Amino acid sequence: MDKILRVNMTDLTTRVEETPAEWAGLGGRALTSTIVAKEVPPACHALGPHNKLVFAPGLLSGTAASNSGRLSAGAKSPLTGGIKESNVGGTAAQMFARLGIKALIVEGVPPGEGWYALKVGKDGVTIEEERGLLGLGNFAVIDALQALLGKKTGVIAIGPAGEMKLTSANISVKDPSGKIRSHGRGGLGAVMGSKRIKFIAIDDEGAPGIQIADPEAFKAASCVFTKALMDHPVSGQGLPTYGTNVLVNILHEAGGLPTRNFTHGQFDGHEQICGETMHDTIVARGGKPRHGCHAGCVIQCSQVYHDKEGQYLTSGFEYETIWGLGANCLIKELDDIALADSVMDDLGLDSIETAVAFGVAMEAGILPWGDGKEVVRILREEVGKGTALGRVIGSGAGAVGRTYGVTRVPVVKNQAIPAYDPRSVKGIGITYCTSPMGADHTAGYTIATNILNVGGQVDPLKKEGQVELSRNLQIATAAVDSTGMCIFIAFPALDIPECLPALIGMINARFGAKLTGEDVTGLGKSVLKLERAFNLAAGLTSADDRLPEFFCSDPVSPHQAVWDFTNEEIDAFWDF
Amino acid sequence: MAPITVTIKLFAHFRHGRFKEADHQFPPGTACRDVILGLGFRLGEMGIVMVNGQHAPLDHPLSERDTLALFPLVGGG
Ligand code: SF4
Repeated sequence: MDKILRVNMTDLTTRVEETPAEWAGLGGRALTSTIVAKEVPPACHALGPHNKLVFAPGLLSGTAASNSGRLSAGAKSPLTGGIKESNVGGTAAQMFARLGIKALIVEGVPPGEGWYALKVGKDGVTIEEERGLLGLGNFAVIDALQALLGKKTGVIAIGPAGEMKLTSANISVKDPSGKIRSHGRGGLGAVMGSKRIKFIAIDDEGAPGIQIADPEAFKAASCVFTKALMDHPVSGQGLPTYGTNVLVNILHEAGGLPTRNFTHGQFDGHEQICGETMHDTIVARGGKPRHGCHAGCVIQCSQVYHDKEGQYLTSGFEYETIWGLGANCLIKELDDIALADSVMDDLGLDSIETAVAFGVAMEAGILPWGDGKEVVRILREEVGKGTALGRVIGSGAGAVGRTYGVTRVPVVKNQAIPAYDPRSVKGIGITYCTSPMGADHTAGYTIATNILNVGGQVDPLKKEGQVELSRNLQIATAAVDSTGMCIFIAFPALDIPECLPALIGMINARFGAKLTGEDVTGLGKSVLKLERAFNLAAGLTSADDRLPEFFCSDPVSPHQAVWDFTNEEIDAFWDF
Repeated sequence: MAPITVTIKLFAHFRHGRFKEADHQFPPGTACRDVILGLGFRLGEMGIVMVNGQHAPLDHPLSERDTLALFPLVGGG
């Protein structure tokens, strides 16, 4: 039976607990949200002693199932004031699962000024004082820990942004190449910083490994599942070749590429930053156009991007980051964006929140539009050194807007709106409004059906069908986020009939369970409702399920679209 | 009747051995399908077909100065 590791930072004690029966069938987001909802007082201060930081691998993490190595982190978010789950690739989820760790719960805040590290291994978890790595960036932390503990060590760490408890701070997880993937959104790095934990090192030497209840059935379902992933044109060819950045040109063409802090829907520099250009640049410089964020990913949407000299510059270089600094801040040099991406990874900043914060900062006149060099300088010299300006930018788009009196501030629940304009892609606007996570495209990725013709077609410019589309996708996503699966398995799951039954078949074979498709949908619904109930108890209301005013009043070119849903239409999302 | 001019934009691997963007002339009323087949694509390869930034069915008739954008099935986020 998998166990729960509990760390109390107030009295610096640790415990290994049996998994309560009601948590046994949960993993990933379902488990982190259940634990946060049960154990964290909703009205507590997110950076105070009553918040808890929970890590949980998905139900299938650690097995041979393709794309199942995702780790969920959950807590009350200091950015949104609501519940947060953010999931990530890297090596940690599979190590936790092999160690038989169902969840790691970190509670309390230590007395005094000291900093600590957690060491997780087959005998549980220990707390150690930490001095040497304080103030260092994530890359240096990982290098130092690999030198000290060996190449195979797992690492979960915060950079200087997390140490400063900035609300854009993320939590970094080491990937198979010793680089970084991030629990990006919602300021979870600040929660880890509030508990004064610089890093968690994981050693899976001597791990008991995964018990599969029915290995034959697992193998059979796993083959069908992997075949579906390989057969679908998006997961089998599109994502591996061009990564997520292929979306720049698609959204530009559809008029949904937010440009100049959400004033236009198209960017005249799109060809300079698009996936096609990036692919050719990567190949010409000897980088890797495809790369997996964890062992067992067969889609491999990630990539390794080299600089002009052919040296490693960044990896996991996603559409959302490139859009955010590119179209949204008018930066046309992909190399500048790549350098900024790497600096954000090193400082431990969410690259979506920070890119949107820079867009608002440019609107405020703090730096010129399109000035990529100044973005990098501000990241290093202001955010990295904790100056007043740096802390404002590192606290997200909402903080920059409030500090400088900007009215065009694209956030929902104080979390920055990512790379799809909700006026011209209306389904995603419903997801931004209603997701308990705040503005989060991954929570219900309607772009699939609004723009990419996956899972049918719903006209992005009309209101019809958007609430239902977003609801169905958010329910499915809440369930998928609990399995440890990467969300990109949704493309084949939406189009290939054998895909979802095979996924459920693997869960059943792993646990000796008899779940049906309805049970899985039921899980997704209950997770969403649990998260919503937490938010309401924390003081959020349906007035927080709204887009900022300017989306209703300012039409976005080229379709001159505005956000025109009534409050009642948005609130109908919760009728399930 | 005079021919119409349509701007054709190709994306992702559709560009290989073809072009990124070009103006072509067609008889009035030419449908998206005719242009696609004329460029040597199979209809099954088409992921997204947009005319002037909006999704269009294959039998959509093109007009003077339309922009036709063709994407293979790709995606992400
Ligand atoms: S498809 Fe991309 S995000 Fe998903 S598991 Fe693979 S590399 Fe990670």
